Amino acid sequence: MKAKALEPGVVAGRLARQAYAENFADLHPPLDNHEALVAADRCYFCHDAPCITACPTSIDIPLFIRQIATGTPDAAAKTILGQNILGGMCARVCPTETLCEEACVRMTAEHRPVEIGRLQRYATDTLMAKGVHPFERAPGTGKRIAVVGAGPAGLACAHRLSMNGHDVVIHDARGKPGGLNEYGIASYKSVAGFAAREVDWLLKIGGITIETGSMLGRDVTLAALNADYDAVFLAMGLGGVNALGLEGEERDGLHDAVDFIADLRQSEDLAALPIGRDVVVIGGGMTAIDAAVQARLLGALNVTLVYRRSRARMNASEFEQDLAASKGVRIITNAQPIAIHGNGAVREVEFEYTDDALLPTGERFRLPADQVFRAIGQTLFGDGLPDLDGRKIAITGAGRTSLPGVWAGGDCAAGGDDLTVTAVAEGRDAAEDIHASLMASAAKEA
Amino acid sequence: MANLSTNFVGIKSPNPFWLASAPPTDKEYNVRRAFEAGWGGVVWKTLGEAGPPVVNVNGPRYGAIWGADRRLLGLNNIELITDRPLEVNLREMKAVKRDYPDRALVASLMVPCVEEAWKAILPLVEETGADGVELNFGCPHGMSERGMGSAVGQVPEYIEMVTRWVKQYTRMPCIVKLTPNITDVRKPAQAAKRGGADAVSLINTINSITSVDLDLFAPEPTIDGRGAHGGYCGPAVKPIALNMVAEIARDPETAGLPISGIGGVTTWRDAAEFLTLGAGSVQVCTAAMTYGFKIVEEMISGLSEWMDTKGFTTIEEVTGRAVPNCSDWKNLNLNYVSKARINQDLCIKCGRCYAACEDTSHQAIAMSPERVFEVKDDECVACNLCVNVCPVEDCITMERLAPGVVDERTGKVVEAEPADWTTHPNNPMATATAAE
Repeated sequence: MKAKALEPGVVAGRLARQAYAENFADLHPPLDNHEALVAADRCYFCHDAPCITACPTSIDIPLFIRQIATGTPDAAAKTILGQNILGGMCARVCPTETLCEEACVRMTAEHRPVEIGRLQRYATDTLMAKGVHPFERAPGTGKRIAVVGAGPAGLACAHRLSMNGHDVVIHDARGKPGGLNEYGIASYKSVAGFAAREVDWLLKIGGITIETGSMLGRDVTLAALNADYDAVFLAMGLGGVNALGLEGEERDGLHDAVDFIADLRQSEDLAALPIGRDVVVIGGGMTAIDAAVQARLLGALNVTLVYRRSRARMNASEFEQDLAASKGVRIITNAQPIAIHGNGAVREVEFEYTDDALLPTGERFRLPADQVFRAIGQTLFGDGLPDLDGRKIAITGAGRTSLPGVWAGGDCAAGGDDLTVTAVAEGRDAAEDIHASLMASAAKEA
Repeated sequence: MANLSTNFVGIKSPNPFWLASAPPTDKEYNVRRAFEAGWGGVVWKTLGEAGPPVVNVNGPRYGAIWGADRRLLGLNNIELITDRPLEVNLREMKAVKRDYPDRALVASLMVPCVEEAWKAILPLVEETGADGVELNFGCPHGMSERGMGSAVGQVPEYIEMVTRWVKQYTRMPCIVKLTPNITDVRKPAQAAKRGGADAVSLINTINSITSVDLDLFAPEPTIDGRGAHGGYCGPAVKPIALNMVAEIARDPETAGLPISGIGGVTTWRDAAEFLTLGAGSVQVCTAAMTYGFKIVEEMISGLSEWMDTKGFTTIEEVTGRAVPNCSDWKNLNLNYVSKARINQDLCIKCGRCYAACEDTSHQAIAMSPERVFEVKDDECVACNLCVNVCPVEDCITMERLAPGVVDERTGKVVEAEPADWTTHPNNPMATATAAE
């Protein structure tokens, strides 16, 4: 196996078979009952708790932790899921170190927060393991709403609409629902098919139909949806990937990081997934980190993440940066790519150091590369969309767009961080606004 | 270095830490190991009269309550007195005392409330070489249903009578162990003194049900679907015990009566507190049952170090040192005015002080949008609740207002001279004129 580990080019099976399972195991293993009680004991049940304010979905964290501490994890799960129906996934993927756990007063007290993320997972896992869906639909309203995109925003919106008694049809371009939860998150954050299980569990509310392989602009149009349904919620995310804008970008071995991550997530056998010996990832966000770390875990010998600005400006949290470093990813900052060298396939990437104003310094270097992943951001994709604000759909209030009857949320909408938890909040709030709007006009008609 | 050696009513021990009469002192094996670990003395698990011994339940004997991280705060026990034959216990006591002559070995006794029974057992105990006897008038479960233990301890006349018999039939020092399951603990203490007791020890355990099994609808510990109240002990009972010790220490009728302090002693600090309220020795049980015999090392080093820092060289100097400061409420200085002070550098902004004060007290803490918590002096009555709910030690403290300063809450100038309820104008029974 040693020879394979060092083999140049993009090859499969760089590692011993056992190593794949170990490398892609749960990043944060679940708490057992005892660990959960010990962790819950640390919560001070703060007044108007800062962790609640820090949570984009405003989960009542002290309450759910007290419910765990008093032996009622199912009640804790209801507290969480009532605010955030994807609380299970958020417990796994939220950058808690920059949200609730950063705000935890225990950080001030002893630089070690209450383990809110892991406690949330404990509660939601406990409830979901029972196959219980704790919410019921209100009596049917007869209203039908189309949701575009079955990612976190779309699912959260659909679920809340269904709870309010509406019927929902979700159109999603991919083969499976879940969006980035299914295709775009590092594998070790969502093991054992959790994204798909969570969608199945969410759909138990009833009243939601998902049409996969149905893409806006190709299979359905916004105009048709707007005509056929009482309301439309756009949550298709960002379908396009930014290019580097360099010569030689078409060479073999250059990929979008999101495609690499999606392939990895959908892979039945990681040992069959080819990976380069020398991998370069360009970008400084979560996608860049996820791609770089997973390249290492697949057996890439040298993985270098290069970001054009300073470390402090990286979108990836400090925790993610440290995780990458601990997995052996080299992080180079203040350098931008200027050329892709190679003959057919990429052989080297040339960079130039930049200063803080992104001005070239004249100092250049080359990194050997047989695989390069682009992770410099994604773009909104599609025609006939509502007005944009910059490069995303402009919204006012709870996701209202420039088109009557059309709401938007998640990554395709302007404003908010591109986080799962933010998308859930936006979907939920848009659903409530759609509900209020439809009920108001229904009342007017009656 | 402080000398911890103790002479308690003639019973000598190298330190004031004794193991109380309880499961840990039920047999030679345990007591030898306790002495090896450093305990100054033991009160042997209570002996009954000769004949077939008592029996214990064969299900759970203990129930508990816990604090954070499952720290044991209170233990409930339904074990009876020793269930081993009297002659076995006596033989073992004699062997242990022979091998550990410098340690205190006291026999706890509980026999029926008739003179013959006490007359019969005392010579047997004396023959072991035991240093003294402790009369178990406190055990609140099982034995009390048979007219012994707390059934005696709740009737002062019986205490006096039995104590008199004991003093009549033995030359050994006699300690009377008191039950807290009584309205006024001074009454049994006075009775013990009248009967000639050399000392009292307290508290025995408190009647309790620790919890209820919500599936079985039965009290814990549950035995085949039923539970009986047991004796409560451990850190949770310490405040009750301290008060009862102090009550006896400051009662004119019993002042000066030696006390062996018992009830939730877990650390050296607890022991020191009992000593200052009048105890000459302390007895420990739950802490040893929770952590093992080794804890005595911390108790010895801690007490010794504290005494050194205070300049005390003997236990006698500590005993009773806080008793003069135990007061009735009516004598507390009403001109002592203080206000809560929040140290912003230590504050972690949890807001518990705010919730406690705003919801349940005097609305005397302000909270800013930036989560800065500040005391409103014009509302603060200095109740101390914020101090008690704050998770950070010394973050909130009480600061005395200097005489001459205006208390913003009352608008009155703080008086330098003390004044209490006995002279307060609102007191219809005032005995003196209020200070002007």
